[in-house]
Amino acid sequence: MNARPDAAARGRPQAIRRARGRKWLAKLMNQRYLQIMALLGAAWMIVFNYVPMYGIVIAFKEYDIVRSIAAAPWVGWEHFRDFLQDDELPNVIRNTLGISLIKLVVGFPLPILFALFLNELRSLRFKKAVQTISYLPHFLSWVILGGILATWLADVGIINALLKALHWIDEPISYLAEPKYFWGIVIASDIWKELGWSAIIYIAAMASVPPELYEAATIDGAGRFQKMRHVTLPCIQGTITILLILAVSGVLNSNFDQILVLRNPLNESASNVIDIYVYHTGISQARFSYSTAAGLIKSVIALLLLLLANFTTKRLNQSSLF
Amino acid sequence: MFSRRRLTAGEAAFDGLNVLIMLVICFLTLYPVWYVLVNSLNEGQDAMRGGIYWWPRIFSLESYRAVFDNAGIMTAFGVTVLKTVVGTVLHVFFTAMVAYAFSRRELIGRRAYMMLGTVTLFFSGGLIPTYMLIKDLGLLDHFLVYIVPAMFNFFDLIIFLSFFREIPEGLEEAAKIDGAHDLAIFARIIVPVSMPVVATIALFHGVWQWNDYFTGVLYVNNPDLQPIQTYLYRIVAQSSSNQIMAGVGGGIHRTVTSQSIKLATMVVTTLPIVLVYPFLQKYFVKGLMIGSIKG
Repeated sequence: MNARPDAAARGRPQAIRRARGRKWLAKLMNQRYLQIMALLGAAWMIVFNYVPMYGIVIAFKEYDIVRSIAAAPWVGWEHFRDFLQDDELPNVIRNTLGISLIKLVVGFPLPILFALFLNELRSLRFKKAVQTISYLPHFLSWVILGGILATWLADVGIINALLKALHWIDEPISYLAEPKYFWGIVIASDIWKELGWSAIIYIAAMASVPPELYEAATIDGAGRFQKMRHVTLPCIQGTITILLILAVSGVLNSNFDQILVLRNPLNESASNVIDIYVYHTGISQARFSYSTAAGLIKSVIALLLLLLANFTTKRLNQSSLF
Repeated sequence: MFSRRRLTAGEAAFDGLNVLIMLVICFLTLYPVWYVLVNSLNEGQDAMRGGIYWWPRIFSLESYRAVFDNAGIMTAFGVTVLKTVVGTVLHVFFTAMVAYAFSRRELIGRRAYMMLGTVTLFFSGGLIPTYMLIKDLGLLDHFLVYIVPAMFNFFDLIIFLSFFREIPEGLEEAAKIDGAHDLAIFARIIVPVSMPVVATIALFHGVWQWNDYFTGVLYVNNPDLQPIQTYLYRIVAQSSSNQIMAGVGGGIHRTVTSQSIKLATMVVTTLPIVLVYPFLQKYFVKGLMIGSIKG
């Protein structure tokens, strides 16, 4: 505190500051339980979210698990360069984007269609029963599903038996051992698993369409399909748009749990997606720094896509009818 | 609800077709699960011959007996049940508690706390740095690795938060007048009032805990500490079926094969969730709605 030459002006600002400080302290003491509760959450986040963020620094170093992070030598962008020049990279990107985009194109409209037709069912009990049954697969773990698929797609499995009975093939095909079937298996099984669950949001959105609109359409002579096209779909358009944008922004992500279960050394050329690549180089090959660098590149791009999606939905929300 | 007028022939045909399509979808959804069930209830050796599609050829509960006699499998089930119960209870209460604190407008530093959490929604350290953290915390091969890293989730916090904001302040103020401090208010008033949200988050997290296999794969090598999903993973994806056969007791279960044990294990693992989920439908639906609207 600087001594002020003017004695009269000295006391006031300090006194006010001290009084405010005491009020603030009193307020803090008053909410000490709240603060403890909040601090516990903050502490958890710092440990489990932010400390790993600091750990990203090993992507710029040559990290060796025996020594500490600080002891590891700095190598700058070396790992990033290695990753971008890696022979497997084009294939990894191809697998990631291929699977994601086909899942999107085929798998995004299907729950909507399912919801639309479910909505048309006349019996409420049948409708509820179908809906409940439809999202049973969502609750199965991928390990269970992988086990089922392994059984079905085996040489002696049901699929081969069926195709042989139909005379479509002569010899059983080892589906999980051939790269060319992998994408199909992954996409089809994911759609099967999530169809009912994804439809829930659309069904709920359809339930909130005002019945007066349907009545008005009936008076105007609209048939079933016309009502779908001109009443139902426009009303859930907002929901569809948001979910579509989010889905597109997640194109670099893969269903890690699913692919980890279904992949094997034989179908690797088709099953190596970015997330699996990061896992494999990091854990199986113990190339910690390299794996972190690869993961970081993917995270940053995925983040940019997500922010772009966030921004886009906000803009659309403002201009839409809702 | 809809005006009752005569259906045209075209519409009746559509209705019929719709019902048919829905039945096909139901069949395609249920059949894989039925197939596993039926094959697990068939005598193991006989099942190897294949061809069991609709009903067991030779009914037998031997495979299930082998499952319950297998110490390794039973231990794994124990781990799963324990991690689900403990993990869910802790997750729900800890996340809700922090959410309550964050929901109070008078909380000093509230914006900073929220910012802290929001960043974590968009960015994370990644697989290896997280692995290093778990290792440094001494959680490798430790039961708590299933609990502590899953104890908190900012997304769930947001769901709790939006619910807590709706609670009338009068409730909280009345308790304060009676002299209760914030933690007591949270435990004795807020939580009981928020049961729907609590139930929803508990369900979502419980299902996740039950089905999670990767945590065990990544962080746990001790076979006694692995949940049943990780146990199954090592069998399904890594084909270490020797593991199961090794646990089968000598000549007691002669007709059983490693395949039939695998299938029986899959049924026992999935049965709890399958039996329970239809009754909890409204919680899942509501949870999805809140999650998607806020997200």
